[in-house]
Amino acid sequence: MNKIPNRQAICEVLMEHAAADKDIIVMCSDSRGSASLAPYAAAFPEQFVETGIAEQNLVSIAAGLASCGKKVFAASPACFLASRSLEQSKVDVAYSHTNVTLIGISGGVSYGALGMTHHSAQDIAAMASIPNMRVYLPSDRHQTRKLIETLLLDTDPAYIRVGRNPVEDIYMEDNVPFAFNKATVLSEGEDLTIIACGEMVRPALEASNLLAGEGITCSVLDMYCVKPFDTETALAAIRKSKAVITVEEHTTIGGLGAMVSQLAASRCPKFVRNLGLPDEPVVTGTSAQVFAHYGLIGEGIAASARDLLKKIS
Amino acid sequence: MNLKAKTFELRKDVLTLIHRARTGHIGGDFSVIDILTVLYYKQMNISPEKMDHPDRDRFVLSKGHSVEALYAILSDLGFFPKSELDNYSQYGSKYIGHPNNKINGIEMNSGSLGHGLPVSIGMALAGKLDQKDYRVYTVMGDGELAEGSVWEGAMAAGHYRLDNLCAVVDRNRLQISGGTETVMAHDPLELRFASFGWNVLSIPGNDVDALNDAFDLARRAKGKPTVIIANTTKGCGVSFMENQAGWHHRVPTDEEYQKGMEELEQRRLAAL
Repeated sequence: MNKIPNRQAICEVLMEHAAADKDIIVMCSDSRGSASLAPYAAAFPEQFVETGIAEQNLVSIAAGLASCGKKVFAASPACFLASRSLEQSKVDVAYSHTNVTLIGISGGVSYGALGMTHHSAQDIAAMASIPNMRVYLPSDRHQTRKLIETLLLDTDPAYIRVGRNPVEDIYMEDNVPFAFNKATVLSEGEDLTIIACGEMVRPALEASNLLAGEGITCSVLDMYCVKPFDTETALAAIRKSKAVITVEEHTTIGGLGAMVSQLAASRCPKFVRNLGLPDEPVVTGTSAQVFAHYGLIGEGIAASARDLLKKIS
Repeated sequence: MNLKAKTFELRKDVLTLIHRARTGHIGGDFSVIDILTVLYYKQMNISPEKMDHPDRDRFVLSKGHSVEALYAILSDLGFFPKSELDNYSQYGSKYIGHPNNKINGIEMNSGSLGHGLPVSIGMALAGKLDQKDYRVYTVMGDGELAEGSVWEGAMAAGHYRLDNLCAVVDRNRLQISGGTETVMAHDPLELRFASFGWNVLSIPGNDVDALNDAFDLARRAKGKPTVIIANTTKGCGVSFMENQAGWHHRVPTDEEYQKGMEELEQRRLAAL
């Protein structure tokens, strides 16, 4: 079992590049520990800016730094970053087009029993609806690495969401198929397309394996690039499937599922079922318990798939 | 250059712009224009040809609704041709009712209040990190100070001892719905900023000489950011607009326009 959370992979990549690139600046809002950025802060104090518990300040200062040529990575819990400082993200980062990568840590229901104040089940919808803001939810530490290495090379605004806990590897360290802004096709099948992002890619794969044993073949897409959404890869998979399932650690309003449904309805009508969190306060529990409660685990997704295929047959 | 006369010439441009386009925030334009004139014609190291120079001074108009005053100055200084302002607020124009950084001379978009100070702090921090000598200026409205993000910024600027940062408060004591001290009080404003670790200067804010002296003093203050509380008059320059909250964004009639232009010209001539 992998012990390295995605947030730690982000810190590793930034540390690898910060010595050679003095324009890299990492910012935190009293979150260097929870963002796994303490080693970076210790190694590069001149390239680290702390704002204290002040997310609005975090994002606006990040934009100001970036306007002067800095490559800024600003980390804060996703629940606060994507809501308290949403307006700063919209105005100072996206609208002013500054080179800021916002890193939402402990995203989704990572904080479990800490409750709804600490959940970010609406960050995809909020961030993706802002013009000029990109949204990424990497599925494992290896893909997270590739993503950060790629974002270091460009100058456009982005929001990344990662979870708090280590997730099992989807890819192998020496074999990470990664094309920027293209979904990764994890399997190809004829019956169903499952499109997932972030930590939901693992259970989507597990569901696909369960269904394969029953003779149901699935295309599984790792849509880490929620925006810009990879329409081409999604359409190619949807076209050859009987139905589509989307899985996300997010409300089913305005997130990945909504985007897939919109695409399918307009370009290639198929039945789409959106799996995610309901439009209500999330049940108390660890993230694993929450996922199980809402069927966001391999067996739950497989059950939804069987039901959907039965309904349309 | 006679800066005082220049401020009345610029006010005439603003009045004409707003009268023609039938939109704008004239009260705040007229209270802030002396501050902007001193910064752009006297204090700041910027020029139209060098807006990508890393050592240029930075300016953020945090009270973005006073953009007409900024447009008048930028066009007068040649950042873009004056004729482009014929498109102000027109269909498809980039000259919108708030600062837009697609326009030469404008660093950051603003318009939502409470953003300019923290953005300027980022610029000042970058200057410190890169050991550059440029200065960063931002102008806020006094009504704007009710935004909590202003005080997050005030805290951070004091914490990081940003002596390359100079904020100005256009303290005209009026906001859209009335007097600032009635809507949400800010006094004692000087003490509030001082308690956050700022060097505080409080001056007559429509006096170009006092403003110029204050910016000079701010340059010499070390180890602290400076805030200049510019005690201004909303609508300053046209007597029937002065100290009237109703002129926050009222558009003058043709008659008011003529009357205003005449008074501004008289004041311009008197300043020569």
